[in-house]
Amino acid sequence: MIFATVGTQLPFDRLLAGLNNWAARNPVVPVFAQTGASQRKFDHIDTVEHLSQSEFATRFSAARLIVSHAGMGTILSAAELGKPLILMPRRLKFGEHRTDHQQDTATEMAHLSNVTVVADGEALHEALDRALVQGFPVAKSEADTVSPKLEPLLNVIRDFVWEQPTAQRGA
Amino acid sequence: MPVRHHSRPVVLAVSSGGGHWVQMQHLTPAFDGAELHFATTDPSAADRSPSERIHTYPDANKDTPLRLLVCVLRMAWILLHIRPDVVISTGAAGGFLAIRLARLIGARTMFIDSIANARKLSISARLSIGVADRVLSQWPEVAQSTGAEYRGAVI
Repeated sequence: MIFATVGTQLPFDRLLAGLNNWAARNPVVPVFAQTGASQRKFDHIDTVEHLSQSEFATRFSAARLIVSHAGMGTILSAAELGKPLILMPRRLKFGEHRTDHQQDTATEMAHLSNVTVVADGEALHEALDRALVQGFPVAKSEADTVSPKLEPLLNVIRDFVWEQPTAQRGA
Repeated sequence: MPVRHHSRPVVLAVSSGGGHWVQMQHLTPAFDGAELHFATTDPSAADRSPSERIHTYPDANKDTPLRLLVCVLRMAWILLHIRPDVVISTGAAGGFLAIRLARLIGARTMFIDSIANARKLSISARLSIGVADRVLSQWPEVAQSTGAEYRGAVI
């Protein structure tokens, strides 16, 4: 019912441990996590190190709620499928990423109607409790709101591929 | 070397797995009509669309110099094999390498920085400025302060 993913490069045990602790208190809610580079064992959630793209897509669409690091792949997929999404950004200061850009991503994406951003395990528990009480409400798809920015980008790429003249510099 | 058909451009779309790949998938409508090849780090990318031309290269970053070298060699092989007219990347390091190498065979090149880089350009995007024909940021403020262009975003 809950699908968690932390990407594949560096460990992100802060998120996984927080989720595991919550799952220990909520054994009726099945949690499945792609743990990536984590070396730890988590007793209260089902884990797999890595999923193929098709397995990932299957798990993703079956889930009622997604818990994730602030990775754009997950954010885009959740918006497309209208999945509620809890984001915990990886932080440089904890050695969870090579830069602090996930913090920026999370800040910028917090306005999406399906996104809740949490900073730590405690906030994650609160967000999960809230989602559980509300019965994992289905988020509305963001598909309609993405097109205004996407179409101009597609056009500039199209022009570039077919060598159509376009102005070289933005304002 | 295969005979070139100049009726339609040959495009090589290069992206690491994960978010870079997902963003590239959102951009594929822009390649309609071209001969499209993908290069990515995740071999399972081919599972979902076996009919497409998908090439894989090793994932690497500035902290894995040996893998970077393997990545360079693999990317050079892919480029010489496909001979693209256009190379477009959504990052990360492998995308910059592809663009740097693609210059040597005269391809047109575009680096589109991941939308994850909301405050500053990625290292790969910064390196691509002055190397790629076009470097795009998906954030207007980032574009304005860096010499990249803002032309829209995937979300």
